[in-house]
Amino acid sequence: MSLINSYRAGPDERGHFGIYGGRFVAETLMPLILELERAYNQARRDPAFLAELDVWLKDYVGRPSPLYLAERLTDHLRGAKIYLKRDELNHTGAHKINNCIGQIMLARRMGKTRIIAETGAGQHGVATATVAARFGLPCVIYMGEVDIARQQPNVFRMRLLGAEVRPVSSGSRTLKDAMNEALRDWVTNVHDTFYIIGSVAGPHPYPAMVRDFQAVIGHEAKAQILEKEGRLPDLLVAAVGGGSNAMGLFHPFLDDREVRIVAVEAAGDGIATGRHAAAMSAGRPGVLHGSRSYLLQDDDGQVIEPHSISAGLDYPGIGPEHSWLKDVGRIEVEAVTDREALDAFQLCAALEGILPALEPAHALAQVIKLAPTLPRDNIIIMNLCGRGDKDIYTVAQHLGVKL
Amino acid sequence: MSGRIEARFARLRAEGRAGLVTYLCAGDPDLATSEALLGGLAAAGADLVEIGMPFTDPMADGPAIQAAALRALQAGTTLPRTLDLVRRLRARDGDTPFVLMGYYNPIHAFGRLRFLDAAVEAGVDGLIVVDLPPEEDEELCLPARERGLAFIRLATPTTDAARLPVVLRNASGFLYYVSITGITGAAAPVAQQVGDALARIRPHTDLPVAVGFGIREPAQAAEIARHADAAVVGSALVDLVARGGADMVAAVHGKVQALAAAVHGARGR
Repeated sequence: MSLINSYRAGPDERGHFGIYGGRFVAETLMPLILELERAYNQARRDPAFLAELDVWLKDYVGRPSPLYLAERLTDHLRGAKIYLKRDELNHTGAHKINNCIGQIMLARRMGKTRIIAETGAGQHGVATATVAARFGLPCVIYMGEVDIARQQPNVFRMRLLGAEVRPVSSGSRTLKDAMNEALRDWVTNVHDTFYIIGSVAGPHPYPAMVRDFQAVIGHEAKAQILEKEGRLPDLLVAAVGGGSNAMGLFHPFLDDREVRIVAVEAAGDGIATGRHAAAMSAGRPGVLHGSRSYLLQDDDGQVIEPHSISAGLDYPGIGPEHSWLKDVGRIEVEAVTDREALDAFQLCAALEGILPALEPAHALAQVIKLAPTLPRDNIIIMNLCGRGDKDIYTVAQHLGVKL
Repeated sequence: MSGRIEARFARLRAEGRAGLVTYLCAGDPDLATSEALLGGLAAAGADLVEIGMPFTDPMADGPAIQAAALRALQAGTTLPRTLDLVRRLRARDGDTPFVLMGYYNPIHAFGRLRFLDAAVEAGVDGLIVVDLPPEEDEELCLPARERGLAFIRLATPTTDAARLPVVLRNASGFLYYVSITGITGAAAPVAQQVGDALARIRPHTDLPVAVGFGIREPAQAAEIARHADAAVVGSALVDLVARGGADMVAAVHGKVQALAAAVHGARGR
């Protein structure tokens, strides 16, 4: 493992990143997953597909997103220069749509006529409902009852966009159960249905495909920082639930070994309390939702219900490529509590006039810890992957404010 | 190689009848009741007993079997306790094939090779691991076969002519044909379509074929048994466990008797 030529070569032809990844799904889905892999391999080499994708990203999503120097935050923390990659300015308010546009183009190419997705915070559900509306395809979104309660604005947005939001009442009634239910729908309607997975998780080829669609974030950031600063950043920071925004930023920089990379997990009430969603910090390798990755599980291999104030990070697993990058030492993994994320949320609002989503507020909390320890000529890029409007009810509740 | 699965299907063939395969989840609703339920299945007419290994996230199962797994876990069932249960059942019944069915993660956590050795020692004859397709055969299928444990494959309506040889390559024991695209306990299969599917599959394998998913009533089971070597019933039995009541164990065994009578008589004499 010490002789890795490139950190960007994976996965292998069977979908493995080291021991992680793979295709751990029911046989009913295997023919479709193999078909999807073939279709994706053709599409990603098809200049016409890529050109069309670029047009959608530019004119519909609003890319490129700005790379913004957060001067007041930098001054406040008295350390490294902090740049925010403003993916919260995308259409629908998060990075999720980068991937949804790509996958729905693939769905159309494959002749699929019905779209399903799972969602936690609702950002992926909103992005999926948006592209389904734009391309005129019926859409069903699975969402846990707990998440429906804490993300009401997004539930209504999805319904306004014409999607059917199906509440999931099994298990912990959060993101993992929504994914179970979406997989059950897919097994049942495999002939006409395309499942738009929102994270770098699931069976091969999803982790690689979602990464490729999200890598636009890192490619842009690299060009932008070279233009602004004439050099690469010293540090990248992003929050990880399943890990799609982080992988999107990190992947184009993986072979730039002078760039330090930190993934930030949700520590919930604190890792010691057991109430957290920090799969890489506190989990063990396991198999869930089609791939092997770090997983929160008990001694018997039963999945532990995660906890985070952020619905988008409230997932017991993590993408397989992140798992591998952690094991080979290319990324560092830290964890941030609900409390720290809330503080970061408020600081960003006060100093920069930006309400970050609670997911990137975790990344920001880590930046707040790291920036003061670094020299002033260091450069940090943090992925501000979603906006916080959806979270105002949750934040209000934790601040004891009644809306 | 225990040979119990082969012996059982050979006997069914010799007697010119189809078999009944039953599914119940280990530890549902608790380990003691589960032992009474499972221990009485053979006497009630089950030819082969599938024992579910409960898992928190059974992604190919419908609400009935999900709920059964959660009841079992709530009652303290673990993989080691499931293996202990099989060991006790085996001590009283040397002939009935026992097949463990479930998902990979609890096995992965237990240690896959350690699990295989423990399963052989407990008297398990075969495994069905829903989320291990042939693409992942090195994980469990190949080491299971080295130890003489049958690794039972699922074929489905989406298994086309190109896919079927891949599914059959390392299959053993019997082939489990999933009669619908869907989750357990959902839509009922159409006997004619099942018949057509089996006609497609048979030329490719000598393995017996059991058919399951969506079979609930004796008449349906009999229809399927006219085409298949065995019919599998799970959710309908699990529903009776869920209903509970003082006579629950008798109710489950009664249902198995009715299903067995229908399946065994399906081809006439």
